[in-house]
Amino acid sequence: MSIQDVSPCVKCYIMEVQPNETLTNLKAESDTLKTKLEDERAKLHDVELHQVAEKVDGLGQFIMKTRRTLKGHGNKVLCMDWCKDKRRIVSSSQVSVWIIVTFSEEHAVTMPCTWVMACAYAPSGCAVACGGLDNKCSVYPLSLDKNENLAAKKKSVAMHTNYLSACSFTNSDMQILTSSGDGTCALWDVESGQLLQSFHGHAADVLCLDLAPSETGNTFVSGGCDKKANVWDMRSGQCIQSFETHESDINSVRYYPSGDAFASGSDDATCRLYDLRADREVAIYSKESIIFGASSVDFSLSGRLLFGGYNDYTINVWDVLKGTRVSILFGHENRVSTLRLSPDGTAFCSGSWDHTLRVRWAALIGIHIFGTRGTVV
Amino acid sequence: MTIRNVRDHGQRFRPRMACLKKVESVMLEMQDPKTGVKSQPQRLVITTIPHAITGEDIVAWLTNCYSIETEEAWALGTMLVAFGYIYPLQDHKRLVIKPDASLYRFQTPYFWPAQQWPVEDTDYAIYLAKRNIRKKGILEMYEQVQYNSLHKWMNHKWDFIVMQAKEQYRAGKERKKPDRVVFDCQERAYWVVHRPPPGTVSAMDYGLERMVDPNTEEMIFTQQSIMRPRVKSSVSIGALVKYSVTYNKHDPFLAPCLPSNPWVTDDVTYWLLNMANVEIPTKMRVERWTFSFAELLSDPRGRDDFRLFLKKEFSGENLAFWEACEDLKWGTAATMNDKAQQVYKTFLTRGAPRWINIDGKTMEVTVKGLKHPHRYVLDAAQTHIFMLMKKDSYGRYLKSPVFKDTQKRAICPDQHMFSVSQLEANARKRRPSISPIIVRQLEQEERARMATSGPVDITQVMSKLSNKGKEVPPSKK
Repeated sequence: MSIQDVSPCVKCYIMEVQPNETLTNLKAESDTLKTKLEDERAKLHDVELHQVAEKVDGLGQFIMKTRRTLKGHGNKVLCMDWCKDKRRIVSSSQVSVWIIVTFSEEHAVTMPCTWVMACAYAPSGCAVACGGLDNKCSVYPLSLDKNENLAAKKKSVAMHTNYLSACSFTNSDMQILTSSGDGTCALWDVESGQLLQSFHGHAADVLCLDLAPSETGNTFVSGGCDKKANVWDMRSGQCIQSFETHESDINSVRYYPSGDAFASGSDDATCRLYDLRADREVAIYSKESIIFGASSVDFSLSGRLLFGGYNDYTINVWDVLKGTRVSILFGHENRVSTLRLSPDGTAFCSGSWDHTLRVRWAALIGIHIFGTRGTVV
Repeated sequence: MTIRNVRDHGQRFRPRMACLKKVESVMLEMQDPKTGVKSQPQRLVITTIPHAITGEDIVAWLTNCYSIETEEAWALGTMLVAFGYIYPLQDHKRLVIKPDASLYRFQTPYFWPAQQWPVEDTDYAIYLAKRNIRKKGILEMYEQVQYNSLHKWMNHKWDFIVMQAKEQYRAGKERKKPDRVVFDCQERAYWVVHRPPPGTVSAMDYGLERMVDPNTEEMIFTQQSIMRPRVKSSVSIGALVKYSVTYNKHDPFLAPCLPSNPWVTDDVTYWLLNMANVEIPTKMRVERWTFSFAELLSDPRGRDDFRLFLKKEFSGENLAFWEACEDLKWGTAATMNDKAQQVYKTFLTRGAPRWINIDGKTMEVTVKGLKHPHRYVLDAAQTHIFMLMKKDSYGRYLKSPVFKDTQKRAICPDQHMFSVSQLEANARKRRPSISPIIVRQLEQEERARMATSGPVDITQVMSKLSNKGKEVPPSKK
């Protein structure tokens, strides 16, 4: 019986037991399999995205304006999330977590914490979750009393063995999904702190996650330092799809609004679109002049626009279908660390290491007619 | 000076700095004698600095090379300076590109950030000591503070540091004056990048360290992936494009919100008209319900309308079951068992009050699973009922009088036309919205009130909450 006949599970075990000669064999085997996978994927690839998009009207010029600038964090803004009421946001920095009624620029709550790298608003709007270097994710029920000490009522829900990089509530306040620097993701029951499911498969820190839109099932996508974006089944804990086309860490992943695709932003200065049903990467959003990594991405409501916050302090706006850049936005004075569209798509908010959060709105002025591939900016 | 080749400085072990390789290739192009940025010797004080370039030339070259606008070229140029690949000759502590005749030079590769040796405090101490030797009191305030603290905690090797500093100083003196000036500029620039003055943004700051293990392979998974069923690109990409085109008019970034985008005009009418349980929805909102069944269900107002239709057809139990399944899936682990039993009693058992019609096989699987319930035990049944509603009820709903009536009554507000003074007034009137905590309290009170008013089934509670004022149907058991 040769090494080829042995099942892959056993092969991995052998790899640990006899390192030298089998390691090179296994590496060669692994590379062959990967090539085979790409061949299989290519077989059904009969058209490119921009070809199908040729029939679609091009986008015209945009004017994008900053409608709110929220200062006062006094520290690098690391993460933010919108409340379903479309007006409030929770944002975290190196030293505190804030809840701000962005629309009226009113400060609701401040909670002192350290290096909070992830924060999320509960669907009911009555609690927030956050965590970071403490390796935990804690849920804070919110209160109407501004002076109440929220830290007293906090509930530690998730426990990882390394930093918490991202967290998100599922469809209710009762469950939280987390990703961590320990290379795993996990689903937790908030009330009891019980681990409901864990997800193993990344070879390095997991940096981001996003839940599929609720109607399309029980899956989520995660991206990590191993350059992989994995799609997981929440029920079984299995990784059902994996994509490895980025050349560096994946900092952010976000589902296309229909749930059939997702975008990723990476340190390799590109954003990419992956089609889940065709099981392949279908677009790369890059430009020679964009050299620095993308830290966070989000789609507009129709999925036509992809907003990317970058480490060179800019935000690039891409035409998802045609693959061209529509606009570049300046204004931040340090890295853009987080970027989210508001729940009804009327604006998006970007947070930066320059201590500010900006809410921006855009208007399209003028539309190109059929046939053009859109303006190249 | 010309650079011929760039070695890979172990970048894979510093993945956060993946951009550096790209920056280096840009630097190579910029220094190309024929196509690069024009340089010339410049007089600075009493010496001549060779190969100096102006800020405006850098910006112009970038604009040209990448076909971008000046503002973007300026931003890119500033990043190159921030990373220390280009340094300013005047105002050396501000690492920005000034798009005028300000002078810059390319940093020598010896001092590039991608070098394999880490930036050590020992080197910094030697550098500060050397400058101190050259001329006492030349150190800036923040450098003096650094020097003092280094002196304190490196005290045990201070002799070594001073010796190295003296040695470097002596070697420097032996160089020709222009070379020495150039080297001093380069070294100074290097330290401004790696030990930035307080209050400045440092490009070397990349946040937390990340662990990377480049040697792990995942073969089990690849095997399975090959077998995975796939769809033709033309089909799936076509669907993506179609989705985007369908929702185009509903995207606030691509088409105007009616009456106006609250973020622009500070008028919240748009939000008020689209609240979850509003009596009369807007035309745009109703249109979205026709796009897909999932869209209808996910909008609370849409779901209420659908519920009303189902009640008229006496098939409300399907939706109720689906909602109960959702509640089980996303609910607290502690209540799961009870909920599962409740669902069984209400929907699945023989003679159940709201018996749902699922095929024998699915029923068998579900009932079996309920012996040891877990949160996904009702998945098969839920999917069956969802598909039933989607393929049958949804289509009939869209043709029904309930929907047509809602469609007819739906409003289409006119676009706001605010004058400048009106906009200012709007901005002044901005108020924080009602807190979600209060909203939830009100909902809970309403539910409690409904529950105490005699035995009702859940569909009535929901329809009452949404159809306030409409006729109340007779209660079912």
